[in-house]
This record gives sequence, C-alpha cells and structure tokens, in this order.
Amino acid sequence: MQFGIFTVSDVTTDPTNDTTPTEHERIKALVTIAKKAEEVGLDVFALGEHHNEPFVSSSPTTTLGYIAGQTDKLLLSTATTLITTNDPVKIAEDFAMLQHLSDGRVDVMMGRGNTGPVYPWFGKDIRDGIPLAIENYALLHKLWREHTVDWQGKFRTPLQGFTSTPRPLDDVPPFVWHGSIRSPEIAEQAAYYGDGFFANNIFWPKEHYMKLIGYYRQRFEHYGHGTAAQAIVGLGGQAFMRTKSQDAVNEFRPYFDNAPVYGHGPSLEDFTEQTPLTVGSPQQVIDRYASMREFFGDYQRQLFLMDHAGLPLKTVLEQLDILGEVVVPALRKEFAVNRPAAIPDGPTHASLVAARNPAFATPVVQVVDADSALEATK
Amino acid sequence: MSELPLGVPAQQADAKRLIVVTAGLSQPSSTRLLADRLTSATVDRLREGPSTGSGTGVDVDVTVLELRDLANDITNNLLTGFASPKLQEALDAVAEADGLIAVTPIFTTSYSGLFKSFVDVIEPTALTDLPVLIGATGGTERHSLALDYAIRPLFTYLHAVVAPTGVYAASSDWGSPSTSSGTGQGLAERIGRAAGEFAALVRASDRAMNVRDPFALPAGFSPF
Repeated sequence: MQFGIFTVSDVTTDPTNDTTPTEHERIKALVTIAKKAEEVGLDVFALGEHHNEPFVSSSPTTTLGYIAGQTDKLLLSTATTLITTNDPVKIAEDFAMLQHLSDGRVDVMMGRGNTGPVYPWFGKDIRDGIPLAIENYALLHKLWREHTVDWQGKFRTPLQGFTSTPRPLDDVPPFVWHGSIRSPEIAEQAAYYGDGFFANNIFWPKEHYMKLIGYYRQRFEHYGHGTAAQAIVGLGGQAFMRTKSQDAVNEFRPYFDNAPVYGHGPSLEDFTEQTPLTVGSPQQVIDRYASMREFFGDYQRQLFLMDHAGLPLKTVLEQLDILGEVVVPALRKEFAVNRPAAIPDGPTHASLVAARNPAFATPVVQVVDADSALEATK
Repeated sequence: MSELPLGVPAQQADAKRLIVVTAGLSQPSSTRLLADRLTSATVDRLREGPSTGSGTGVDVDVTVLELRDLANDITNNLLTGFASPKLQEALDAVAEADGLIAVTPIFTTSYSGLFKSFVDVIEPTALTDLPVLIGATGGTERHSLALDYAIRPLFTYLHAVVAPTGVYAASSDWGSPSTSSGTGQGLAERIGRAAGEFAALVRASDRAMNVRDPFALPAGFSPF
C-alpha cells in the first residue's frame, strides 16, 4: 500500500490575511512540500497539469525532475497528465527521461483535464475528449513497448520508422494510472490495458466512486489481468487535522468557506458528512480512511490533497508532519490487517521489472549512496 | 417530498409514477394550487381509463416536489457538482417517473430562476421520452405565451415529450367561472384538456419499468 499526497498547484489567496503567494513562492513551496513528503515517510508525490491561472504547474516533468534530484525514495507521479491535449510522443519521451533521471521513481496518471478552453488552446476539440484519450494512449503504449513504430491515427501526424527516445528504463515503461470521475469509457480503457484506475474521491460522495471502481474491477477481471479484487486501485482523499478536533474545524473553516471548488456552497459540516473530506483529530482521519477499504475493496494507493485553498506553507508542512508521523503509520497497520496475500502492492519500477522476468526478482534499481558503495569495495 | 392525499397505496408494482415539480415561492402558493389541480385531473383520467377504445384504468403513485424546500440543495449542487442525499432522492424520482407535471411562476418573462436551476442539475439524458405537462402562473394573462416560448423548448431540448396543451393560470382565473359558456376557455376546461392529453402519454409510458445502466458504453466504443 502506497501513501502520498497530490496537489493541483493552485495559487489562492489566504482568506484569513488576504495575502497571495507569488507564482515563484508557490512553485518553490511545491518543491518544499515534496521534500517534506519524503522526510515524513510518505511514498508518493503527484503533481497536476494545468494551463491556466491560478495554477502554476504547466510543466510537471520539469518540476518532478528537479524534485527527483533532491529526493531518494519518493515515487513521483502526476494528477493528472493531459492525454487529450499533449502529444503522446512528447509524453513518452518526457516520462522516459524522468524515469532515467529518477532511477525508476516515476509513474504517471492520465486524465482528460477539466478546463474547456485548454482543448482549443492546444488545437483540439473538446467533443473529441474521449476519442483523443483512447487514441493518444494507444500510441503512447506502443511507443514505450516497440522500438521502431509505424503508426497512423485520426488526430496526429502519422509516424514512419519513429523511435521514442530515451527508451524506458530497463525497457519497462512507467506504470500508468487512468484518472476519471465520471466516464465508464476511461474505466474500461484502464481495465483493457490492465493499468491502474484512480478516483480522486475528494469533491463528491464516495458512493459515486464506489460504483465506478466496482465497474473497473469487473472489467479488469473480464480482460484477464487477474481477479476483480486484484485490480490496481488508487483513491484520493482530503483532510485537515489538529490534536483537538474543534481546533481543526475552527482553523480550516475560513479556507473551506472560500475554497475555489466548494466555497460559498454547502456548510463544512454537510460537506464533510457527504464527501471524504475529514476535518478533525488525527484519529478521526485514521478512522475515516481506514474504512475506505470496506467500500472500495483492498487498494494500492491513497493520495491526500493537503495544500490547496490558500493554506500557508507552514500550515501545510505541519499537516504533513501529522500525516506522516501519526496517520499513515496507523493506516499502514490497519490496511495490513486481513489483507489477502493475493492482493498486489502498489506497482513500482522494481516490481514491474520483477514481473516481466521472475528470474530477476530482486530489484534491478537500488538506491546506493556513494559512501556505502565505497565501503563495500574495501 | 410530500405525498398528495390521494388514497393511493404507495409502491404498487404496476402503478404509474407521476412526479409533480412546483416552483412557487410563497405559501400558500397559486403555483402549487395549479399543480394540484393538474395532478388530480390527471390521476382521475388515468384511473378512469382511456376515453376511447379498450383498456382499464391504472393506479398512480404521486410524488410532489416543492422546489422551495430544495432551494439550498439546488444551489449547492450548482456549486459543487453533486447532489445532497435529499436532492438526489428528488432527482432519482424525476428520472424514474412515467410522467412529470412541471409548474413554475413566470418571473420577468420566463420560468423562475429556481425552476431553471433545478432543471440545470438534472442529468441531461434523464428526461428523455418523459411525458411532461407544463403549467405556469402569473399576475396577468399577458405572460401566458411564456409557456410556449420558454418552458416548452426547455423540455423539448431535453428530449421530453411535452403535451400539446400547457396551462397558464393568471390571478383572474381563480375568480372566473370554470367554464366559459361553451368556449372551452375556462381554467377547469383547460386543465381537463391538458390532463386528457397528458394522461394518454403517461398511460403509454413504461419509463418507470426501465433498467438504467449508468455504465452503458456508447455504441461502437472501443477501449483501444
């Protein structure tokens, strides 16, 4: 089971003091937050892709490459990479490059994006959203698995004798998640390829996502990748914690009331009851998220949204301390209880290399620090 | 949601499901009054059976939605993209109905904002093939065409089947004779004609019996 955080990279005014970080401050904060995630023992940091204000993350592989250079264990991912408006050739190359630089610490989550004008800005038609996601991913999948590609499709210039470079690390492509909040077509696509399926699970009632994930699990089994219970499922989540739950509620309320997505709408009380957002003590967060497996089945990845709505960096880092030191260790224990042995762990580069060739089941890529390597040669 | 006191046992397997949406804001509301009149006329027609040809009467389950009671939930749905449990129950009831009676006050030349906001949070395909009887209320008869230039196209766009006669009740209608000396123009006569047309559509509808697959893939879809 992998735990981590995902961020949408919004630049939002702090409603409690009316200050707004600059883009530069927010970008640097993202790096600080990612490094903190590793420091407190989280497994994954995932970054969104946006091409409009107030978001700053237009170029996730640049940011993730920089973070890779300053971390050792953290798995770097996206939430999401726009499979509709990006050229799949460029996605293949960017992420293979990041895979090499990070020694395999990368996977990627495909999404269609939710900002209508991004399609025309990138020369696409939003009515082609699903067909673009299907065709572009089919090409990406091929580019990562076949050295020389001849290809022709509807949306892109044909390719003759094209080789995407660099080749994936150890010839094992990054693991792919497909994120969707409402489209059975995308769940079907994830199931067809045996890829992971991620439900952001933050803004809507969990019942909605339970149905979608149930559908993906069934189709995963249908396509012969394993049993429904073995399908690779990721979930989002959202929490704000203080030792005393009323302190958490009081501190978070102005951020909630003014948040870009749900602000000025339902009350914090209604929203926390109706969606997985949990505001309270660490134990309340543990209890809420430990129960998710009862609704979704045993799953592989849990990401939390911790740094949006104008929360100051200092507060976010405090939240990560609580998440990493209290909540996640407890959740790791909870999720391990009665977890069937047949349920796979969250995929990593090492596990994918091992799966490709069981004879080399030991991790091919190990993080070796220079001192211990020198020590070993003596 | 409140049940009209029509003496109909709930949840009859073969009963037609009628949903009544009324967007009046005051209490008591003339919009609700018109909705109730349209409802009881429709229920009577359905129970009597078809006026021509063979066939027997059918039972009816009636559910009334006062949008005023859902106003906060509707606004929250517009902002968050999801319905509260209370609103979801109402939306499901609309989607699974055999017939919809929709009545709104006319504000500033059109349906009320609350009425339109409710329609805006209904899934775009949820009203396909749904028989609809439209009604509206207002201070004067001058706004009666709003039924046909605003409300009817709204439901046509959603692929609902709108009964030819819509009923507009101006304030003066409530103090007029129910028949207009054989012209067929009195409020009760208009309600009767509309209910007759609408009941025929509802009688033929099997929407409530349909199984809906939320994960049905579009025809011709391939995941690769």
